Amino acid sequence: MNKTPLYQNHLNLKAKMVDFSGWDMPLSYRSQLEEHMAVRTNVGIFDVSHMTVFSLSGDRTEEFLSRVFANDIAKIKNQDKALYGVILNPRGGIIDDLIIYRSEGKYWIVSNCGTREKNTIWFNQQAKEYSVTVSRLDDFCILALQGPKTNNVIETLLGSACSVPSKPFAVQEFNNGLVAKTGYTGEDGFEFIVPKDVALDIWDKAIEIGVQPIGLAARDTLRLEAGLNLYGNDMDENCHPFESGLTWTVDLANPNRAFIGREALEKIDQKLCKKLTGVILHERGVLRPGYKIKNSDGEGIILSGSFSPVLQKSIGLARIDPAMKDKAVVVIRDKEISVDLVSSRFLKQDKINT
Amino acid sequence: MSEIPGDLKFLSSHEWARVEDDGTVTIGISEHAQDLLGDIVFVELPEIGKVVSAEGEVAIVESVKAASDVYSPLSGKIIAVNDLLENNPEIINESPYDEGWFFKIKPDNLDELADLLDPESYADTCED
Repeated sequence: MNKTPLYQNHLNLKAKMVDFSGWDMPLSYRSQLEEHMAVRTNVGIFDVSHMTVFSLSGDRTEEFLSRVFANDIAKIKNQDKALYGVILNPRGGIIDDLIIYRSEGKYWIVSNCGTREKNTIWFNQQAKEYSVTVSRLDDFCILALQGPKTNNVIETLLGSACSVPSKPFAVQEFNNGLVAKTGYTGEDGFEFIVPKDVALDIWDKAIEIGVQPIGLAARDTLRLEAGLNLYGNDMDENCHPFESGLTWTVDLANPNRAFIGREALEKIDQKLCKKLTGVILHERGVLRPGYKIKNSDGEGIILSGSFSPVLQKSIGLARIDPAMKDKAVVVIRDKEISVDLVSSRFLKQDKINT
Repeated sequence: MSEIPGDLKFLSSHEWARVEDDGTVTIGISEHAQDLLGDIVFVELPEIGKVVSAEGEVAIVESVKAASDVYSPLSGKIIAVNDLLENNPEIINESPYDEGWFFKIKPDNLDELADLLDPESYADTCED
């Protein structure tokens, strides 16, 4: 089983460990609900070094990225920024979702854990034509520091001389790696993509000053409340971005940009294809992946489902027929229970409604 | 694993049964079960008066992570359910052998206790 360089640190903190795509990862250190709320109200630190880091080099790197990435890399040209999007196969199916980071003219990619090998092969195949070198940085770590009080600890953590980016998606060089104002929780915070010695220092210091370590269990409920897709649950190679709530990441504006998958996407009628929706269950019970939902306009299936610690209700993401809206029923253990179909930005609605 | 009260008997599916002084039987889930489930957010308890059979499905417990059926270790009739769990299901995580009990039954036949595991044998099954 693969282990991150922080494995022993997790054991020292008595984490409950779990096999996540072949990685022995911390599921939780205490109650996952407490960890979740620590990130919503205070600050927490995550070891997500199981994710894959690539660095790119070569004069034609931007051309290569323009070809493999459905979002338009030109959006961050000449800026030190991060850009989220998907890579597609020629059928328009999602190979993975990922973030491209640009810092001081160099490009980096952070993609999922379970897609490590296939992405490596795919990038290398596609890079050849552009003479771009794709290097996988397996000895790098990724730490995420997330929560509304991140800024209260960042100076203690890094020292006052150390600067970090202030705007969302901004990127900066950091100890032979990167620090970016990105994350997977819907909260303010940073992700550090750094060599392992740097990561170990940050982690130890964070724990020492009382930052709550957060496991993968709370990471999942945090991303779900924020309406962020999880690759493998909410999308895979058999679905395209339009039916995965990711239309906003596909940039068709430049007609000359022939990215892989574009032709297939342009044949799809976005009004007629299935769509991704948020689902809220107001009654008791928990939505789970695989549960069916339906109403008079069609049917669908829950892809991600769990309990929202903030809303104190079950929430989920579902792929549904295009005409469905407002209300539906979910079938839980042969019983039909009514649900609301809502925007997947679950917490934003909470703020509007209360 | 933390100490298991010696007066409990178990199903390998992690339910415990305790015979009370008045001959009724209190049923809940084990420390190990609550640990496996993680944070519990809902329970569905049976109706009072319902007749249950040994190893029959009686209740459902839902954690953030998973839904799980709860089986009755003995046959009998439901005479009480723990109403506290309705709004405070986390009690099961905090006190699985005491305040976090699920339901009580009037058993049909206490001889069925012989089919259950004693704390030591149960603890062994958890280590496998």
